[in-house]
Amino acid sequence: MATAARKAPAKSKSDGKMGLSAPKPAEFTKEEELAAYRHMLLIRRFEEKAGQLYGMGFIGGFCHLYIGQEAVVTGMKMALIQGDQMITAYRDHGHMLAMELSPRGVMAELTGRRGGLSRGKGGSMHMFSKEKHFYGGHGIVGAQVSLGTGLAFANRYRDNNNVSLTYFGDGAANQGQVYESFNMASLWKLPVIYIIENNRYAMGTSVSRSSAETDFSHRGASFKIPGLQVDGMDVRAVKAAGDLATEWCRAGNGPLILEMQTYRYRGHSMSDPAKYRSKEEVQKMRSEHDPIEQVKARLIEKKWATEDELKTVDKEVRDVVADAAEFAQNDAEPDPSELWTDIVL
Amino acid sequence: MPIEILMPALSPTMEEGNLSKWLKNEGDKVVAGDVIAEIETDKATMEVEAVDEGTLAKIVVPAGTEGVKVNAVIAVLAVDGEDVDKAGEGIGEEPPKAETAAPAPAAAKSEASAPVAAAPKTEIAADPDVPAGTEMVSTTVREALRDAMAEEMRRDGDVFVMGEEVAEYQGAYKITQGLLQEFGPRRVVDTPITEHGFAGVGVGAAMAGLKPIVEFMTFNFAMQAIDQIINSAAKTLYMSGGQMGAPIVFRGPNGAAARVAAQHSQCYAAWYSHIPGLKVVMPYTAADAKGLLKAAIRDPNPVIFLENEILYGHSFDVPKLDDFVLPIGKARIHKTGKDVTIVSFGIGMTYAVKAESELRGMGIDAEIIDLRTIRPLDLDTVVASVKKTNRLIVVEEGYPQSSVGDHIANQVSQRAFDFLDAPVITIAGKDVPMPYAANLEKLALPNVGEVIEAVKAVTYR
Repeated sequence: MATAARKAPAKSKSDGKMGLSAPKPAEFTKEEELAAYRHMLLIRRFEEKAGQLYGMGFIGGFCHLYIGQEAVVTGMKMALIQGDQMITAYRDHGHMLAMELSPRGVMAELTGRRGGLSRGKGGSMHMFSKEKHFYGGHGIVGAQVSLGTGLAFANRYRDNNNVSLTYFGDGAANQGQVYESFNMASLWKLPVIYIIENNRYAMGTSVSRSSAETDFSHRGASFKIPGLQVDGMDVRAVKAAGDLATEWCRAGNGPLILEMQTYRYRGHSMSDPAKYRSKEEVQKMRSEHDPIEQVKARLIEKKWATEDELKTVDKEVRDVVADAAEFAQNDAEPDPSELWTDIVL
Repeated sequence: MPIEILMPALSPTMEEGNLSKWLKNEGDKVVAGDVIAEIETDKATMEVEAVDEGTLAKIVVPAGTEGVKVNAVIAVLAVDGEDVDKAGEGIGEEPPKAETAAPAPAAAKSEASAPVAAAPKTEIAADPDVPAGTEMVSTTVREALRDAMAEEMRRDGDVFVMGEEVAEYQGAYKITQGLLQEFGPRRVVDTPITEHGFAGVGVGAAMAGLKPIVEFMTFNFAMQAIDQIINSAAKTLYMSGGQMGAPIVFRGPNGAAARVAAQHSQCYAAWYSHIPGLKVVMPYTAADAKGLLKAAIRDPNPVIFLENEILYGHSFDVPKLDDFVLPIGKARIHKTGKDVTIVSFGIGMTYAVKAESELRGMGIDAEIIDLRTIRPLDLDTVVASVKKTNRLIVVEEGYPQSSVGDHIANQVSQRAFDFLDAPVITIAGKDVPMPYAANLEKLALPNVGEVIEAVKAVTYR
């Protein structure tokens, strides 16, 4: 399988990326900027509300918030066509909202109510929507990588032009089955984009303490899978990389790795005090690289929106989240008979 | 309305904490995401972030307060346009409210302490009638398994086989012989040696609606993949509220073969039978292998199909029918009898069958039940037989502790205690890893003599 035979949207031989180089950030139209703003804000406000409901005891167990990483799923979603699949691990609320799963359904699943997407039986880490091509929501670190490769296998089997977006973190990138999957995906040229959300910490272990190769875009080298590092805090950069990657996969070139350099503002889960990093580090990311503030600044600067108009968007988003939270707090728990349903067909 | 900021629970088990520090003062503006306070939980010091935007109107619980209950009001936030001075009025004079939120509806508690309704019973159809005069063809288990896959692949384009050496090599044990030639490399897929990975790929393909048959060269290697089998394949239907399951068959040889020693000789029937969401099939005859594998491929649930290398070459009559499908979850009475019930499955049946013919010579009329399916387990057939014979022996090759036989003994003691004239005896492999030496290997497995001795014991001969 010669690299030269691959159809590469952008080529540069000298960068060690097997012929690919990161594209320039996409030029967004006013509509795209506004849509990105709204979608990212929905995730941010939703997660803040989830954190609050957790604090009030409405949400139990583990709850991993996506705050800070919103640009990754939002930009990638903008590159998809109907039927493209998404699968991820346990930090999954943002992915679901990006795939247009109902905020009520997600929030009610978090509170374990019957109106939840899994009828209250999955919880924060286990939600799915066949209709929206969202394949979970998986609690075992790395397992979703083989599953996402299987989704791509199905696309290839059906020759349907769809792509599997398989997300995992810098922590999961050290699991063995990730590389088993890389090997098969490359061998069989499966249409899968491996999106490594590098938020710098696998729970409390920094990338430099866990990974011999900290450039995750190189992790496919042994399998002839090219990779790119992408500014995962800039939704335009993510969108451009998503366009390149989906085009690469649809052209039959096989898998591609996108390392999204991102950051989570909150702890690993609600009960993580995040003592492994400094407050200054978090504050610097928030004040200098916040994905939502970046879009907001551009909208204002280009006079595509006024502060007041953006406040209106904020209000509308808050209303959606408040409605979801209200529903999730008041919806009934699953009927006891649900204990025995959905177990074998 | 001013917004009440509550003492948050920051771990699944936290009930109270100490409010160690305020990072904002009364009168300060806050926006969502601002850290406003630090609290100490039983585990760590945590930051409290604001969720809403406004002005901190009143701090109700001062810094340094210990034992603040979760959900107590700790501060009040005035939102835009509200009078900051008035926002906090009347709050904090009474003791902090602990019951602002009611996360668990009251009904849930009484449910938890009440008896839980039993699982609804699923009726499983009996075996289909084989019309009189149907030609019976002597077939090896190997050929029967191959025929089952080929028939189902002809029937349904979504069915494919993947595994190590299944295509060009024609199968490590020749179970997939000829499939590549008939169906091509798209549907008969050689994988690298990568069990964890290809099991996951198979489950992912199944979630997307394909119907994979994943062959493990032996089930010993499937331990590398057991997370995907259990956490991904078995649990997803339930976790997704019924939206998405995994119609997949994991099949391959299981249990001891001959002289392959500890790491290649282990029966997984009891392991997989422990898992809700899986079906577990372990046939003995070629007809059952064929009819049940066809059923497994059509089943919308993940099915573990446990074969046996030694049985592959055994021949049995298989009815020559266009579409011979057997029900999963139904035991087969291999031979009727009245004095004792011998329950077994898979290769365990060979001991039961040989023992039965010797017992006949002693004047003991044994009934033999071949479970065929380990999950769902057909206890009704076993219990009905015990009610007739009043004695039960279970034979299997797996390890003795928490064995399939243990489970059956437990269930029979609950459902037919008064019918038992003797304790249930479970015969299993010995409680050691499989040794290599020929004599020790033989000792580690069950034998016909053990079955006969057990029958004599329960019939008081």
